[in-house]
Amino acid sequence: MMLEIKDLRASINGRQILKGINLTINDGEVHAIMGPNGSGKSTLSQVIAGHPAYEVEGGEVLFNGKNLLELAPEERAREGVFLAFQYPVEIPGVNNLYFLRAAFNEIRKHRGLPEMDAVEFLKMSKEKAKLLELDESFLKRSVNEGFSGGEKKRNEIFQMAVLEPRMAVLDETDSGLDIDALKVVAAGVNTLRRPDNATLVITHYQRLLDYIIPDFVHVLADGRIIKSGDKGLALELESRGYDWVLEEDKSLSRA
Amino acid sequence: MSNSDQTINDFVSDDYKYGFETEIESDQVPAGLDEGVIRTISAKKGEPEFLLEWRLKAYRHWLTMEEPEWANVHYAQPDFQKIIYYSSPKAKKNAPKSMDEVDPELIKTYNKLGIPLKEQEWLAGVAVDAVFDSVSVATTFKDKLAKLGIIFCSFSEAVREHPELVRKYVGTVVPHTDNYYAALNTAVFTDGSFVYIPKGVRCPMELSTYFRINARGTGQFERTLVIADEGAYVSYLEGCTAPQRDENQLHAAVVELIALDNAEIKYSTVQNWYPGDKEGRGGIFNFVTKRGKCAGRNSKISWTQVETGSAITWKYPGCILQGDNSVGEFYSVAVTNNAQQADTGTKMIHLGKNTRSTIVSKGISAGRGQNSYRGQVKVARGAENARNFSQCDSLLIGDKCGAHTFPYIEVDNPTARVEHEASTSKIGEDQIFYLNQRGMATQDAINMIVNGYCKEVFRQLPMEFAVEAQKLLGVSLDGSVG
Amino acid sequence: MTTETQNPKTSGLEAYITAAEALEKSESHSPGWLRQIRSAGLAHFAQRGFPTIRHEEWRYTNVAPLAEMPVRFPTSGAEVEIPEGCSMAGLGAMELVFVDGFFAPSLSTLRSLPKGLTVEPLASALRNNAALLEKHLTRYAPIGENPFSALNNALFSDGCLVHASKGVTCEVPIHLLFLSGAQRDGLCTQPRVLVVAEENSRICVMETFAGVGEASVFNNALTEISVAEHARVEHIKLQLENFRTYHIALIEARLGRGAWLGQHSIALGSQLSRHNIHFSLDAERIDCLLNGLYLSKGTQLHDHHTLVDHRKPHCSSHEFYHGILTEKGRGVFNGKIFVRPDAQKTDAKQTNRALLLSKDASVDTKPQLEIFADDVKCTHGATIGEINKEALYYLRARGIGAPEARAMLTHAFATEIISRIKPDTIRDHVNALVHARISQPEFSHA
Repeated sequence: MMLEIKDLRASINGRQILKGINLTINDGEVHAIMGPNGSGKSTLSQVIAGHPAYEVEGGEVLFNGKNLLELAPEERAREGVFLAFQYPVEIPGVNNLYFLRAAFNEIRKHRGLPEMDAVEFLKMSKEKAKLLELDESFLKRSVNEGFSGGEKKRNEIFQMAVLEPRMAVLDETDSGLDIDALKVVAAGVNTLRRPDNATLVITHYQRLLDYIIPDFVHVLADGRIIKSGDKGLALELESRGYDWVLEEDKSLSRA
Repeated sequence: MSNSDQTINDFVSDDYKYGFETEIESDQVPAGLDEGVIRTISAKKGEPEFLLEWRLKAYRHWLTMEEPEWANVHYAQPDFQKIIYYSSPKAKKNAPKSMDEVDPELIKTYNKLGIPLKEQEWLAGVAVDAVFDSVSVATTFKDKLAKLGIIFCSFSEAVREHPELVRKYVGTVVPHTDNYYAALNTAVFTDGSFVYIPKGVRCPMELSTYFRINARGTGQFERTLVIADEGAYVSYLEGCTAPQRDENQLHAAVVELIALDNAEIKYSTVQNWYPGDKEGRGGIFNFVTKRGKCAGRNSKISWTQVETGSAITWKYPGCILQGDNSVGEFYSVAVTNNAQQADTGTKMIHLGKNTRSTIVSKGISAGRGQNSYRGQVKVARGAENARNFSQCDSLLIGDKCGAHTFPYIEVDNPTARVEHEASTSKIGEDQIFYLNQRGMATQDAINMIVNGYCKEVFRQLPMEFAVEAQKLLGVSLDGSVG
Repeated sequence: MTTETQNPKTSGLEAYITAAEALEKSESHSPGWLRQIRSAGLAHFAQRGFPTIRHEEWRYTNVAPLAEMPVRFPTSGAEVEIPEGCSMAGLGAMELVFVDGFFAPSLSTLRSLPKGLTVEPLASALRNNAALLEKHLTRYAPIGENPFSALNNALFSDGCLVHASKGVTCEVPIHLLFLSGAQRDGLCTQPRVLVVAEENSRICVMETFAGVGEASVFNNALTEISVAEHARVEHIKLQLENFRTYHIALIEARLGRGAWLGQHSIALGSQLSRHNIHFSLDAERIDCLLNGLYLSKGTQLHDHHTLVDHRKPHCSSHEFYHGILTEKGRGVFNGKIFVRPDAQKTDAKQTNRALLLSKDASVDTKPQLEIFADDVKCTHGATIGEINKEALYYLRARGIGAPEARAMLTHAFATEIISRIKPDTIRDHVNALVHARISQPEFSHA
């Protein structure tokens, strides 16, 4: 299996957010995590990527058998974990292409592959940019600086296309996208699907899952996964909302 | 444009509504200042020796000081020998024991100002200490507060009844050497308010002082001391007015706040001293030193001020953030119209770890008014993870006024994050037109825009004061925008 | 060898006054206007002396050590070679080299210039082009502006005149390289530069200050720039002196209708540097850029005081200053935007940021707005702090190691400023110098 999360508990500023997450993702699978606002969805993605503000209080995250929690954020990235950020940060002065090539070559180095030269990298990037219908001028701009919300999200998926991660975590990638942009982003993600990689889609709404079809859907509430199912669960959540799952969970825990 | 010009004229010609004078006999010392006058003031108030000594020390220091000239204000220096340093409404008996003994003329004056001193008439649950010229004339709701151990009284009474508290705290935040006007105040202060909230007590009502300068030729030098003991909370308000006169009168107050561990003090001011006439004759020189010390861990001091009055305003309510995790805030609206000048802002001195401060300053200049924001943010070496955010906005109304911003940012610790933003704007014709088009009169549109501009600050005021401040701003800005 | 005036031990005001009086006597033949500049400068400096931290304009920058330094005044330059990384001649620039304040023809690289463009050492211009100098010198930097400009007026002897006649366009950058050749402490120079760009002309002038030795010297530079109607000037000031040098400079510019001036100040060298950069926007439709970067390490102090005086409507000014500080480095930024009552529709923007890389580094900032017109758009922003933690995490989450990510962000912070420099040859030259400095270990630790 690729990713195995066992009883993961994490907090920020002394407030516990994740209260025992269990989740297993195998090669080639797409999982979706849904849940109401404040349930801990983004926290889960940040803890997987290693955001320093979150404190892991217990549990395990194994990635291809390695303990992810012991690794620095960059080591996780080199192992093949990619987080498409919900709010990608603007980094004025850092050229998008330059930054990406540095990241790309770090990952290559880690895999024992030779670095790619600037010319070849540019060629490859341009191809990937087309996939996301990104204008080439994007490559020359500073990382996310002055990008619109939609451009930032597309830039995230573009980076994913270039870095070819083993495991991509898409954190609310659909928020702020209109339907056309959403289709472009989803098509990008789908093109990158391979039997040896996996995707974790975190979303509040079902609509992204019309385009990125999940194998499994999990409902996260108050820091725990309270229900899992197939893509039918997402549709049910869309039509019935979250309350019934929460009720069901309450009666279960009472029983 | 003619419409706009008209509204500018309306604004500029707006009259001061608190300019009446109360006919009341007063007990005054002759004008002028020397050690004899200070001894007289101290003797009249029956002060303990340590206070007299402190006054004399301050006076001697003051003599060596020069009036500050760095502020962006221009005026003729007051003649300190022509000021009457003590003026007290003559009481029939010594001090009024209850509201019934307060001179009816005084009660009338405060009623006229909209500050009823009869407790039953004050519905909002605000305890008031009224200071008339140099002395406190009445304090309401004292008994109710006393049951909680809260001391809320005039400064003079505190000196008599709680000398140990006064002695322990007075001058610890604003020392007598602090600045020219603070030194002068220390030498000659006559009265003011005193608040002590004991450990763990949340003061159940707003405490308020209402200051009124009445007598001709007097200066007002009050001194306020607010102490919130561990875990205590208090919200304190002050308001000020003065009669309309063609001479300048000096108001040089000192306010000291002390917050111990986990305590919080909210201090709000609506300052509406007489601003002088359109030509700049008369009006109050408002030279005030206000400072709070967050002495304890997790303590918080929040200053909110709405400054619409005074010919000249010179004040920088600040916070010394000494306790770890302490928080300082400063929210200000300052309006200068006609010939008014204001040089105001704050000082946030970060000493403790994880200290945070927020500064929101909204300056409004109209007529020939000159409005300066002057603020200091200092992060000392030991202040790990200090955070400051400052926002200073200026709104200009008409083309003869000025807006100035002078922030001083001093950072000696790399873990600090200090951010400062400032902008200058005018009320856009397109904004007014948009509201006009939706059926609003130009004046209402202006009020709406200005109130929106000040909202962040008004939101900090207790409800009753927010309403008053909004009205005051409306009156001050009546018909003002182009 | 350097020949020097007598009594080299004298310190403080007296040494300067004595030198100025001696110069006055030796110039008894010079024209009245020049003698007037000298004597007014001397009188002003003698009366005011060195500023102290009690002066508001100098509250964060203490020049007492400078005031007490024994000084001597060269009468000619030492024999030196151009140190590495200073010359722009190989990059196509016309290069005039000055050693210890005096023009050194043997080190200079002259190129054929378009007709109507005059580039001439000031000492010879005083003989050959006196009428032009009389018309412009001190017109932009008033004689009594500050004690250091007064001092320069009293004592300058060489420097450069750059004059572009109407409509002249010169693509070749004009590089003025001021070298200190002193082997002993106390040498004091007063470089003087006058740049006059007449209507519709277009030029680029770069000044570099550097030195060959480790001696503590005092360079008191004054540059006046006049940009007439629709002229365009890029001015680059690159300061690379050794870490014992005192560098005080005034750059005073006046702009005419529709003019453009881009001023780029890059401060890497000296123990203490102070730049007063003043722009007077004296007509409508002016656009200008003030763009600065300083790197402070050791106990270096870099101080920039800028003033943009908007006097007429419809002008815009953009100002960006970045500082990167490590060890006990200090930075001072005081930026004033003045908008006069006439200057409606002004668009003035100022951004000042500082990156603190060590616990002992410190910054004092005073961004100021003084606005007397109501229909204007003025903003300033100042940010001081460590490297942005979120950006650091973002880069690390993409696989870039923490030290590399930190370096990347530090370089980017500098690049934001450098990328605005024109032309590209100078930008790349500055870029290489700055990035070599930032790559030093003291700039890379957390």
